[in-house]
Amino acid sequence: MHCKSLKNWDASKSQGLPVFGFGVAFVDESTIFPTPSNVASNIIEEISGIVSELGHALQELHIAPIETAFCKDLVDGQNCLRQLLDNITDASGKEDFVQYLRMLSLQKIAVDNKYTKVVLGSCTSKMAHQIISATVKGQGFALPADLQYVDTRQEIPVLLPLRDCNAQELGKLCFLDGLKTTQVFSWPPAGINGLVSSFIARLQDENPSRQRTIVRTAEKLKPFSFNKFTEGYYDFLPSIVRAKFQHVKHEEPEPKFLCPICGSPLSESEWKNVKNNNKCPSELEFFVSQCCRSCNFQILPKEKGKLELFYSLLPSSMTDRVEGKDCIGRRWLQEQIEEFLITDDIDET
Amino acid sequence: MKFHKTLHYEALPFENPLSLDRRCYQNLAQETRFFQPRASCPLPSSALPTREAISSPPREDTSDHWSGHLHQYAAHLTIINCCTISMEEGEGSTASKRGGGRLCFICNQRRPALKRPKTQEQICRECFYVVFEEEIHRVIMDNHLFKPGERIAVAASGGKDSTVLAYVLSELNRRHSYGLDLFLLSVDEGITGYRDDSLETVKRNEIQYGLPLKVVSYKDLYGWTMDEIVSVIGLKNNCTFCGVFRRQALDRGAALLKADKLVTGHNADDIAETVLLNILRGDIARLSRCTFIVTGEDGPIPRCKPFKYTYEKEINKYAYFKKLDYFSTECTYSPNAYRGFAREFIKDLERIRPQAILDIIRSGEDFRISTTTRMPEQGTCERCGYISSQKLCKACVLLEGLNRGLLKLGISRANGSRRHDVGHPKPEAKRPIIQNKPCGTLDF
Repeated sequence: MHCKSLKNWDASKSQGLPVFGFGVAFVDESTIFPTPSNVASNIIEEISGIVSELGHALQELHIAPIETAFCKDLVDGQNCLRQLLDNITDASGKEDFVQYLRMLSLQKIAVDNKYTKVVLGSCTSKMAHQIISATVKGQGFALPADLQYVDTRQEIPVLLPLRDCNAQELGKLCFLDGLKTTQVFSWPPAGINGLVSSFIARLQDENPSRQRTIVRTAEKLKPFSFNKFTEGYYDFLPSIVRAKFQHVKHEEPEPKFLCPICGSPLSESEWKNVKNNNKCPSELEFFVSQCCRSCNFQILPKEKGKLELFYSLLPSSMTDRVEGKDCIGRRWLQEQIEEFLITDDIDET
Repeated sequence: MKFHKTLHYEALPFENPLSLDRRCYQNLAQETRFFQPRASCPLPSSALPTREAISSPPREDTSDHWSGHLHQYAAHLTIINCCTISMEEGEGSTASKRGGGRLCFICNQRRPALKRPKTQEQICRECFYVVFEEEIHRVIMDNHLFKPGERIAVAASGGKDSTVLAYVLSELNRRHSYGLDLFLLSVDEGITGYRDDSLETVKRNEIQYGLPLKVVSYKDLYGWTMDEIVSVIGLKNNCTFCGVFRRQALDRGAALLKADKLVTGHNADDIAETVLLNILRGDIARLSRCTFIVTGEDGPIPRCKPFKYTYEKEINKYAYFKKLDYFSTECTYSPNAYRGFAREFIKDLERIRPQAILDIIRSGEDFRISTTTRMPEQGTCERCGYISSQKLCKACVLLEGLNRGLLKLGISRANGSRRHDVGHPKPEAKRPIIQNKPCGTLDF
């Protein structure tokens, strides 16, 4: 990214893309992992060292603890985080929840520092893991949302430029170019996510291109309307290049709702559940009804008391995502009206 | 024998593919049901509908209105199903005294005999039979699998899946008056020491369940037995021959029986495995249709899978408790084929999260696959008239290869086969990881 950002020619062969500035963000998750403080500070030092070696074009290194996602002071945030995680019993649910918080923290860094894009280093191997993991958790409908190069569901769009590179290749590149890497906090393999990791590793041993095949299968699933930039975004590009970026069709309808916790679009049956809960008086009940099945199963506590506590501790950026009752009513009405509309496809004869 | 009125507590399968609304609605019309709040219900009792209000549905209201009304409380309610169960006088009370411990999660009367693999509930044997059969009945009704008067061929191999399928279908057909004519259909591949023994089991099933049996053999249809094929081609690719021939043999057998539909014993584990395998292989066309409960509607005879949501472990348990007569030996030519990675992975998943099997099936059903995904255009084989997307069907191509000594004819890329020399089968060699169930059991 550093090399590509320096010259117009490198940034885009068509010279259509301007030079861009970038910074590096690191979300410090030491609150979650019981590591001695010197280990955490060593990791941060190492990352600072790596970033400083990249040269002067780099704008800044941002290090933010994960508890900043809560928009409270750090001690409060830490307490909230610990209590939330204590209330999630499922190992994979816990891991996934931290991943959602990580994204919130990255978004906060991006907003606070006026960045216009968040770029993640998710590679083919990570994507393959995500695909299998989402499939076994029943998230087949929402699966294509997280796999595209562009995701504009968040305030700051998220990009995945390394999606087509596998982990081994990236490792080789780092080795050949003498790029330093470091091991950051990671979850011990457990639960569904742990099983999926070992399954993916075995598949990779059997056939090195298997991970790419998995991603290729998922690529064929229809992406969502938010998996592209707004219309007109690529107008400055030559038309031949533009087509490559705008493969998501414009007529793709907006998903009806996104899960407030993980941001997954809700499937038809989940949406039906939202509609049926529209008249529920409680705010909590309303929130729960809009969460996807997977979050309901592996993240939300089952007991009423714990659920109330959990809801009260969630970052406002999650609870604020809940759509209003009016909005649900409107969508429902719209859906009923659409049933009776004649589309252009229907032959008038 | 005395009859006791027993309360059946049925945890509401909110995430279960058996959709709640239709299920509740249909049951409400037939049985007395009412509801009670779950312990985890976050709503105050005043916010819940009254028992009377819910248990007295407007009979004439067949719209989605009533089911929608129920659905909004679904996550927080337990259905209490009142039904009558016959049992020995005092059996329940004796059991509770004797056990002194936990009672069946459903009837709360008898000692639990098993932990239900799908829900992890500890239930008694009788309640297990009820829920197992009732779920299959619901699948049949909700998906309109059969029409009265239809002739149904049950693909029977003598294995546990097909034996349980034949038994349960004949029971349900009688109990719920489906009005079906059921037949057993078996394929004799000609595998000595395997199929000959399993066919004996099917012949006993014919008498036990009173279902007429039709056996079609590879020898009659193709002029070759699997033993003869293996003696020519070896142990490599033999499953390809067997699978292709059996698919066609089943259709031909069903046609001979003048069957309207063919039912197979594919269970939830098989379907979940197929979903994963299609992802791993990048086969989007198959991925889009592998979760269909009815397939081949454009072909000669539609195939149904009433066990689509039934766990393999539950089928095993049912067969065991009911002491059904089934055959359980692996195919001679495909030993240990079950140990594919995908199969192992699913078993591991089930251990950690039993719901994962149903979740995989739901994912398969929900995948946003473009309707423009190219499907092969179906025509008919020029030689035998069987459905085929090519000039000749796969079975005719393979048969031609066998008859002309061109053993590789029709065998496209076989997993891992390129690594070994042709003509030198290596039964000891590492089996490919990505594989399906062995041919001996897949279609039955």
